[in-house]
Amino acid sequence: MSELNELYQELIIDHSKRPRNFHRLEDPKRTAQGYNPLCGDKITLDVKLENNHIGDIGFQGSGCAISTASASLMTESVKGKTLQEADVLFDKFHSLITNDKADASGMGKLAVFSGVREFPARAKCATLAWHTLRAALQERDTPVSTE
Amino acid sequence: MSAIKPAAMGSSLTFDVQQIRNDFPILNQRVHGKPLAYLDNAATTQKPRQVIEALTRYYSADNANIHRGVHQLAERATREYEESRIKVQHWINAADAREIIFVRGTTEAINLVAQTYGRSNVGPGDEVIISALEHHSNIVPWQILCEEKDARLRVIPIDDRGEVLIDAFRELLSDRTRLVAIGHVSNALGSVNPIREIIRTAHSWNVPVLIDGAQSVPHFEVDVQELDCDFYAFSGHKMYGPTGFGILYAKAGLLEKMPPYQGGGDMIRSVTFEKTLYNDIPYKFEAGTPDIAGAIGLGAAIDYLAEIGMANIAAYEEELLSYAEKKISRIDGVCIVGTAAQKASVISFVVDGVHPHDVGTILDREGIAVRTGHHCAQPVMDRFNIPATTRASLAFYNTREEIDRLTAGIVRVKELFA
Repeated sequence: MSELNELYQELIIDHSKRPRNFHRLEDPKRTAQGYNPLCGDKITLDVKLENNHIGDIGFQGSGCAISTASASLMTESVKGKTLQEADVLFDKFHSLITNDKADASGMGKLAVFSGVREFPARAKCATLAWHTLRAALQERDTPVSTE
Repeated sequence: MSAIKPAAMGSSLTFDVQQIRNDFPILNQRVHGKPLAYLDNAATTQKPRQVIEALTRYYSADNANIHRGVHQLAERATREYEESRIKVQHWINAADAREIIFVRGTTEAINLVAQTYGRSNVGPGDEVIISALEHHSNIVPWQILCEEKDARLRVIPIDDRGEVLIDAFRELLSDRTRLVAIGHVSNALGSVNPIREIIRTAHSWNVPVLIDGAQSVPHFEVDVQELDCDFYAFSGHKMYGPTGFGILYAKAGLLEKMPPYQGGGDMIRSVTFEKTLYNDIPYKFEAGTPDIAGAIGLGAAIDYLAEIGMANIAAYEEELLSYAEKKISRIDGVCIVGTAAQKASVISFVVDGVHPHDVGTILDREGIAVRTGHHCAQPVMDRFNIPATTRASLAFYNTREEIDRLTAGIVRVKELFA
């Protein structure tokens, strides 16, 4: 049961029930869509860039607690970051949920997702929003799919 | 079978579920430290020792290619393979063993009909009717066909309980209809469709009917002659047989007129570069070396089910389903999706405020295997305006105790998300 409590920590439950930045942006610079065909999770992500910084970011969609909380916490943590910083954070996040020896330092609230490691089937839920962010920043038109 | 014991009083049979469980080695294990409760039988069923042993015996003693060699092993393999065809014939009461085509599964059976019967009988402006309850495998092959032939796919709607609207079906039928393809039992909701009435009505328009029987054959007796269906497709692995092996039943008269599906060995009578003569049915539709062991394993599964008796299985499962539905529907904030009057095996449900994937993960940690997602039936999910459900699907080796654990698991989900 402890692994379950590690996965569904209070912060994750909170962000899944009350996702932050859960809205479309009026005039986004970049938009991308993400889809996990396995479970039907869908996300639309809007990003507004200001001088190489993520000025504003918002998302909408439907998904499980892990994917919703991950999208919510991602938007909080990349707002104000440069594109390069966001990219580095994605790599750290990916490592956090797949690598036992990953270092969570400097990741702030995102460290809460280390519990996903014990649930490999849920890694795609946690990374969907991040893949979608990367697609938005790289201005890819085709929806991101986890498959 | 020893598991069946005549009831102490009266003539009805009962069976000992604990003894049946002993036939399934896989059930005797722990998952995350808890005894496995396997409730994902609509996805695939577990295999009894009798099936596993038949596979081992075949590969250990009789393995050879069929319909060719004159040597002893080839004769044995061929005999066992063809005996399985006769077992399947009797199992669904087909009039003739030649009406049993061995394929990879329900999906291939439906594709076979779409690509042979469909391509030679469906033309521009024609229509194929399916229902809103179908699995993707009974939607996409018809979409491909309709696109190629400039034909139209029509869909029988369902009501809020997950029952097809038979009056709407009558209105869809017309002289443009070339085929009706519908599931016997819905894999997503468990609804048992009124296929007798559908077949009768379609036949009054001279329209043949294909039944997707993947979810029916494991749960109750099916008699294709009594149903008078034209095609009946099902999978071995959902009825306790090996994966990768399935059946297409079709009336001989239809099969004889249909062009071949795939070309290759075994489906021919003679080949020259000028002209190839095709083999008789069923071989015309069985190109290449088939899954011989799969056929033999399915034969063993049929023997096993026949010994227990489908009537006993149906009665036990019906009682267990009704117990499970009662228990689950009593939990606050849990809603069963699909409440048709006639159902088999399946309980699809949603928990208020919790995504099915989270439900699935939490139940898995309790040792309970369920399916979560859209169940390859996205249009059904769209109809109920939900992205997914959690689905528990029962087999005759499941117990009331496992249902109690499922119920407790759902309560645990609610606690975690409270």
